[in-house]
Amino acid sequence: MIDQDRRRLIRSLLFGAAVTNAALAGYLPVVRRSYVRLRPPGALEEHEFLAACIKCGQCVQVCPVKAIKLADAGDGFGLGVPHIEARTQACDFSCDAVQCVLACPTGALSHDLSKKEQVRMGVAVLSNPDGCLARQGRGFSGPARGAAFPGIHRYSEINRWKPIPIADHPYQLDLCDLCVRECPITGAIRIERLDEHRATPVVEKACVGCGMCEMICPAEPPAITIDIRGTWEARS
Amino acid sequence: MNRMVEDFAVMLGRTPDKPAHCTPEATRMLAAKRTPEAVIERRRCIAGEKDHKPNHFWRNWRWVSIIAVNLLFVLSYRIDIQVVEGALTASRFVGFHMADLNSALQVMLAYKHVVINLVIGTGTVLIFWLLLGGRSFCAWVCPYHLLSEIAEQVHLKLAAKKIVGDHALHRGTRTVLWLVFAGLAIVTGYTVFEVISPVGILSRAFTYGASLALLWVAFLLVIEIVYSRRFWCRYICPIGLTYGVVGAFSPVRVVYDMEKCLHEGKCRKVCLVPHVLGMTRLGYASDVKRAVGADCTRCGMCVEVCPSRALRFEIKGLDKLL
Repeated sequence: MIDQDRRRLIRSLLFGAAVTNAALAGYLPVVRRSYVRLRPPGALEEHEFLAACIKCGQCVQVCPVKAIKLADAGDGFGLGVPHIEARTQACDFSCDAVQCVLACPTGALSHDLSKKEQVRMGVAVLSNPDGCLARQGRGFSGPARGAAFPGIHRYSEINRWKPIPIADHPYQLDLCDLCVRECPITGAIRIERLDEHRATPVVEKACVGCGMCEMICPAEPPAITIDIRGTWEARS
Repeated sequence: MNRMVEDFAVMLGRTPDKPAHCTPEATRMLAAKRTPEAVIERRRCIAGEKDHKPNHFWRNWRWVSIIAVNLLFVLSYRIDIQVVEGALTASRFVGFHMADLNSALQVMLAYKHVVINLVIGTGTVLIFWLLLGGRSFCAWVCPYHLLSEIAEQVHLKLAAKKIVGDHALHRGTRTVLWLVFAGLAIVTGYTVFEVISPVGILSRAFTYGASLALLWVAFLLVIEIVYSRRFWCRYICPIGLTYGVVGAFSPVRVVYDMEKCLHEGKCRKVCLVPHVLGMTRLGYASDVKRAVGADCTRCGMCVEVCPSRALRFEIKGLDKLL
């Protein structure tokens, strides 16, 4: 009986420790910073964000362009936490009123902001300037990301309420300015003439880092990407 | 009051003991049950109930409940019926905030800041389960409970053939782990437990699609089949303990009637938490009528299996009201 009790106790300690360690393994990807995620609008500073998020996915449900995804076990403590892969499907503020922030029950997406202009997810940077069509003086025709690209975007001039596939909206441009043309924030990015033929996008302070430019950029790899949690001040 | 403290201690891990004090009625009834004539009569009764087949009335309703609740979450998103949006960790039920008590606790301890929506969500759910029996969350809503029940049937079949054995843990393990995970949330500032919570993992997988994290749930089920019966729910899950504490004050409960009891122990064999049925052993009841302890999940299996109807559901105060 005593022996049985002792075995049960040892077993309890072993399994208790194993379960605790399994959970603490979630620390590894976090301390190693093995991933950098673009968080939805309004997200708190990363450590606080992981703490405050209750992993329910209500932000996923309200997003009209389905930009928000929940992370898998590889993210450790970030399991079930929302993020956006801008190149695949960016947030284009089709919802107008930061619906994900309003949906968040814990304030992990901070209720301090109510307008898309207040969002700071990061900042757009010309990370691959040589790939930029405008800088090469080239135009663009056809669907921005090819006919098979599943990403969607709201084109106000076509349908004010409903986003449509980017593949269904071909362009015919003498000089590519897609990143400027489709940017949902007024004054966040402009195109500047370099000479008679060439031009370059210039990111302004108003940029919120939503990633729309990264999604629409026809270059491969994209000429413009989001510096996640970066700031315009720090980049200029 | 003493009884409540005793029930609480048993929930935290103490082994139920013979009561130090019994009511005079219980003492008298026990003495009457121990007379040779009563023993012979009891054996006759037990022999006569050989063909008592437990119906699965409560189990069937429970399974309907678990499947319906989880399906509502899925359909609310997938076909946009918008009844209950989110996951079991937190949701909106027709627009009203709801938050799982344990998930909310983890967030509060890790983030150390509570927004009003979370207060509303947690408060609503707290009152709901306070009224409906605390751990009834486990038996009536938790999707892992249903999977675990199926794994348990497999375990019992294999155990009957002596292919696998049941390795019990000390029930205090869950109490220690509850404290460990609360402490880790405070110290690290992360919701550490959510990484391994099968409730969150399953609920999100149903609604948002399969994830690798499901392998953890599968692993737990394998442990429950081959090594330790109902391992997670019995010895580990801090969610169960959180709801158990809430259930301690609930009017919905199972009550025990010593007079009808034949002390066969069928109820304890089917029970997820047999320690709450400690009083069904001859000489262990401190009163002739006892409410089953807070750790009870209100699953109703003991009610179904008891041939003499010594256990039944009761809503405290309702019989007086009617």
